[in-house]
Amino acid sequence: MGTTLDIKIKRANKVYHTGEMLSGVVVISGKDSVQHQGLSLTVEGTVNLQLSAKSVGVFEAFYNSVKPIQVINSTIEMVKPGKFPGGKTEIPFEFPLHVKSNKVLYETYHGVFVNIQYTLRCDMRRSLLAKDLTKTCEFIVHSTPQKGKWTPSPVDFTITPDTLQNVKERALLPKFLIRGHLNSTNCVITQPLTGELVVESSEAAIKSIELQLVRVETCGCAEGYARDATEIQNIQIADGDVCRGLSIPIYMVFPRLFTCPTLETTNFKVEFEVNIVVLLHPDHLITENFPLKLCRM
Amino acid sequence: GGPGASGRPSQTWRLGGAGSERVNWAGGFRPTGHVTGKMAAFPWHSRNRNYKAEFASCRLEAVPLEFGDYHPLKPITVTESKTKKVSRKGSTSSTSSSSSSSVVDPLSSVLDGTDPLSMFAASADPATLAAAMDSSRKKRDRDDNSIVGSDFEPWASKRGEILARYTTTEKLSINLFMGSEKGKAGTATSAMSEKVRTRLEELDDFEEGSQKELLNLTQQDYVNRIEELNQSLKDAWASDQKVKALKIVIQCSKLLSDTSVIQFYPSKFVLITDILDTFGKLVYERIFSMCVDNRSVLPDHFSPENVNDTAKETCLNWFFKIASIRELIPRFYVEASILKCNKFLSKTGISECLPRLTCMVRGIGDPLVSVYARAYLCRALLTEMMERCKKLGNNALLLNSVMSAFRAEFIATRSMDFIGMIKECDESGFPKHLLFRSLGLNLALADPPESDRLQILNEAWKVITKLKNPQDYINCAEVWVEYTCRHFTKREVNTVLADVIKHMTPDRAFEDSYPQLQSIIKKVIAHFHDFSVLFSVEKFLPFLDMFQKESVRVEVCKCIMEVFIKHQQEPTKDPVILNALLHVCKTMHDSVNALTLEDEKRMLAYLINGFIKMVSFGRDFEQQLSFYVEARSMFCNLEPVLVQLIHACVAYCFITIPSLVGIFTRLNLYLHSGQVALANQCLSQADAFFKAAISLVPEVPKMINIDGKMRPSESFLLEFLCNFFSTLLIVPDHPEHGVLFLVRELLNVVQDYTWEENSDEKIRIYTCVLHLLSAMSQETYLYHVDKVDSNDSLYGGDSKFLAENNKLCETVMAQILEHLKTLAKDEALKRQSSLGLSFFNSILAHGDLRNNRLNQLSVNLWHLAQRHGCVDTRTMVKTLEYIKKQSKQPDMGHLTELALRLPLQTRT
Repeated sequence: MGTTLDIKIKRANKVYHTGEMLSGVVVISGKDSVQHQGLSLTVEGTVNLQLSAKSVGVFEAFYNSVKPIQVINSTIEMVKPGKFPGGKTEIPFEFPLHVKSNKVLYETYHGVFVNIQYTLRCDMRRSLLAKDLTKTCEFIVHSTPQKGKWTPSPVDFTITPDTLQNVKERALLPKFLIRGHLNSTNCVITQPLTGELVVESSEAAIKSIELQLVRVETCGCAEGYARDATEIQNIQIADGDVCRGLSIPIYMVFPRLFTCPTLETTNFKVEFEVNIVVLLHPDHLITENFPLKLCRM
Repeated sequence: GGPGASGRPSQTWRLGGAGSERVNWAGGFRPTGHVTGKMAAFPWHSRNRNYKAEFASCRLEAVPLEFGDYHPLKPITVTESKTKKVSRKGSTSSTSSSSSSSVVDPLSSVLDGTDPLSMFAASADPATLAAAMDSSRKKRDRDDNSIVGSDFEPWASKRGEILARYTTTEKLSINLFMGSEKGKAGTATSAMSEKVRTRLEELDDFEEGSQKELLNLTQQDYVNRIEELNQSLKDAWASDQKVKALKIVIQCSKLLSDTSVIQFYPSKFVLITDILDTFGKLVYERIFSMCVDNRSVLPDHFSPENVNDTAKETCLNWFFKIASIRELIPRFYVEASILKCNKFLSKTGISECLPRLTCMVRGIGDPLVSVYARAYLCRALLTEMMERCKKLGNNALLLNSVMSAFRAEFIATRSMDFIGMIKECDESGFPKHLLFRSLGLNLALADPPESDRLQILNEAWKVITKLKNPQDYINCAEVWVEYTCRHFTKREVNTVLADVIKHMTPDRAFEDSYPQLQSIIKKVIAHFHDFSVLFSVEKFLPFLDMFQKESVRVEVCKCIMEVFIKHQQEPTKDPVILNALLHVCKTMHDSVNALTLEDEKRMLAYLINGFIKMVSFGRDFEQQLSFYVEARSMFCNLEPVLVQLIHACVAYCFITIPSLVGIFTRLNLYLHSGQVALANQCLSQADAFFKAAISLVPEVPKMINIDGKMRPSESFLLEFLCNFFSTLLIVPDHPEHGVLFLVRELLNVVQDYTWEENSDEKIRIYTCVLHLLSAMSQETYLYHVDKVDSNDSLYGGDSKFLAENNKLCETVMAQILEHLKTLAKDEALKRQSSLGLSFFNSILAHGDLRNNRLNQLSVNLWHLAQRHGCVDTRTMVKTLEYIKKQSKQPDMGHLTELALRLPLQTRT
């Protein structure tokens, strides 16, 4: 069992904001003492853009434009070449999260076509004979809370056969009336999406009612772009033929990492939507779409 | 010390004198000169007797003694009790031997339960034992019930009940997708139709190879599978596979959406919520353990500030994970199962989540599934539910539901709140007395804070006592009696009982409420184990008077006696207890009639006996006896009780006899008591009496005072011993002692007794013993005691027994002959002659004269009797005539020849 390298970030949730001090310890542990050529710590933040399969080809023109965008990349030398004694050595570090004036620390986001990720890497360089040791750990950046007051934007909705688009034969649809509201489409990311839904009437039995959280990721720039909507999660709020006239809560927690405040930059966009999906017997799928605006307060 | 402790080697007799250290017997019989010169020892051969035929031929009237008939021994005990007072005065110094008399039945206690006879007798009646055990078990069950109350069930018991009740024979299925977590964030599928997506996910699952569909399971299979899942949940957790654990829980809770075999659903709910509970506990404990650092352990009532960030983060992570569970039902159940973990995050977390989860259930379409989901929520979150109920305005029905469903401890600690709420709530629709009843049920189970107790009782009783309808009243009062008994003294209980009597007496309202009244009694006696306290509760007996229907009254009496037997540790002579319980027992006894079942009788007798056993007046034997006399007259219909009383009286005799002065009185009483004990099949007791008598014999003085004159005691002793030996014929041998143990013991005593010089009494006794031993060797004895197997039945003429018997005879004969030899001096010739003749007569009567040596011995004795001319010729003539007459009897022909060898000596 050789030497191991570990990074322990001070905050348990590993969440940091721009301008804050990322701190923690690097732990070197091993039975024997270890010779090294220096220990360095690198903070790296990148936005990875990826084109969906269907987009490739059409937008080959700007293929190059989807190369990763580096948001932050800086290295500090922690320890000069020398020797670590056997046992456990903890070296504390502090890393101010500052960026150049033209850059922004976007909030960490794990998407499909857009990924914003921050890592902290510790490298122990060693002589030619021994392999260098590296340890990487992700930390999470939350964007600075927005200033100003958050104002809710409630939405009422009514779904009936008549409100539907994309219906081939409206006459074949069973009759139904679903009413409800979202407390706000303008959402604070730490708060759940809430609202109510009432099945006032429905000829057909209800199979399921679901909330589908969708990410809409746009890569590219003015010349051309790819826009893809994918599901983040699907939360069932009603299972089976629910009671008519009884309000069913709409409630969805925004998953961490997979959501971020709605983001719009010159190169990419990350937006979110929620679909209220009603499944009727025998096989009707009714979707009502609501664009959301996520923010961090 | 008993006779066994005398230290005398009983083998003296067993071995017929050989090898004994005692001079008299050690040498055995040494053949000497003129009497029996040629013989070493005479073997004894008993004549076989046909007592029946002899009786018939003698025309003696046979009066068989039936058990229960008048018997001259019976009134003796009573007679003794009258004379005793006189004799006791002077006997204070002579009672040392009865110092162990504080035990009710010293005879049985001496035996220490090892007496095989009584053990056999006990085991011969397993039904009694079973009934006794059964009753005590029932009693225990009932006790449990009275504590738990009739309509409150903690989950643990409810759980078992559900599992037992909701069963099915239909085939069940379990369908588990252990693959990817549905709805896991980041699934790269666009919004497509449910059907397509599900299919794709199923394909994914198949690729992961972990989909299980188990069809056609029997209920037991199903239970086993669920148990396996429970185990694999624990295993996964233990091996740090938290995600797998979560998956198992999700898949399990999904099973709850399947109502296909509806009658099994409740049991399924129980099984699966067990898993959920396990999971919730694991998560909670895990997070809790993370809060424990080196310095401190988190207290049970911690606040979120004390929880460290790592623990909080872990907890938050769980909630985020669960929030993303795709399907409603698993999401609901899993969140509910770890709801308690909200405590780590915020103080108000649980109460904030509760309304949301409650509303969430509305999304469940199937009414059954949704009702059960709500039930689970209630179970998980009693406290928070309560807070909500409080806010919701005091709906009486709701309050009642809360009180009947929540944990009793929970209700009890808030009793004052509840009383406040009950007072305020609107009575229309749901009567308050039911609310108080529900509250009382909770208080019967759990204790309210000490400081509130009296106030609670006062507040509650204030309402209860105002109830007009006796039914409402008694239903409520019944419940509150438990609380009163638990926390208060007899004074309060008395007040409550008085109040109940006051309410239930008008219009004989009690007639409609026997079960409740009975329950009250049970509760009271369950708490007042000290019966002197119980009966000093003034209203207790008046309360009993309300049970006027006989069957109910007897039931109540039985309950009281059961509790008494169970809890009374010390024997008592408390007149209050005795009076009350005699009354109670009499009630039970008087219920016995021709239609009473045997079982019932046995039960009643068991209870009454339990009481009799616990009554002791210590050294005050008169009281004790008069109690027995009273008991006998009261309980004459129950045979086991009479047997018990006989035991008690026998024990009483055993204790009392040593206190008497007159030695012969004592001896005869021991003998009589032994006979009585024998007559009542108290074998071990009889043994003890006989042993006591044996050990008393050496104390008999040579002279005794009779009517102011000193007289020699020998003739009295002789009479007693003869009587004693006659009794010993029918006393069966003790299985642990040797053959004829008592006879040998008595012989030892006789031998060691200092007889008058120049007296033949000892030899006369030996002659008697010879008669006894002859009688003993008969196939069927001359007399018996009903229901007692004497040695004839015990040994059944076993040759070893007969051999032992004959050896004894030889030793006895040797003694007699030895003695005869010593009488060969002038002054004793007359005695020699008379003893010789008497011995001759004995042989004639009991010996088998077909035996040559015995025949020869008798001829020698005949000559000896006549040798010195001291014999009465007329007697000799008569004897010879008798022999000739006898020889005409069947099988006696050999006497003819004998007669020819017996010359009559004429005085010349």
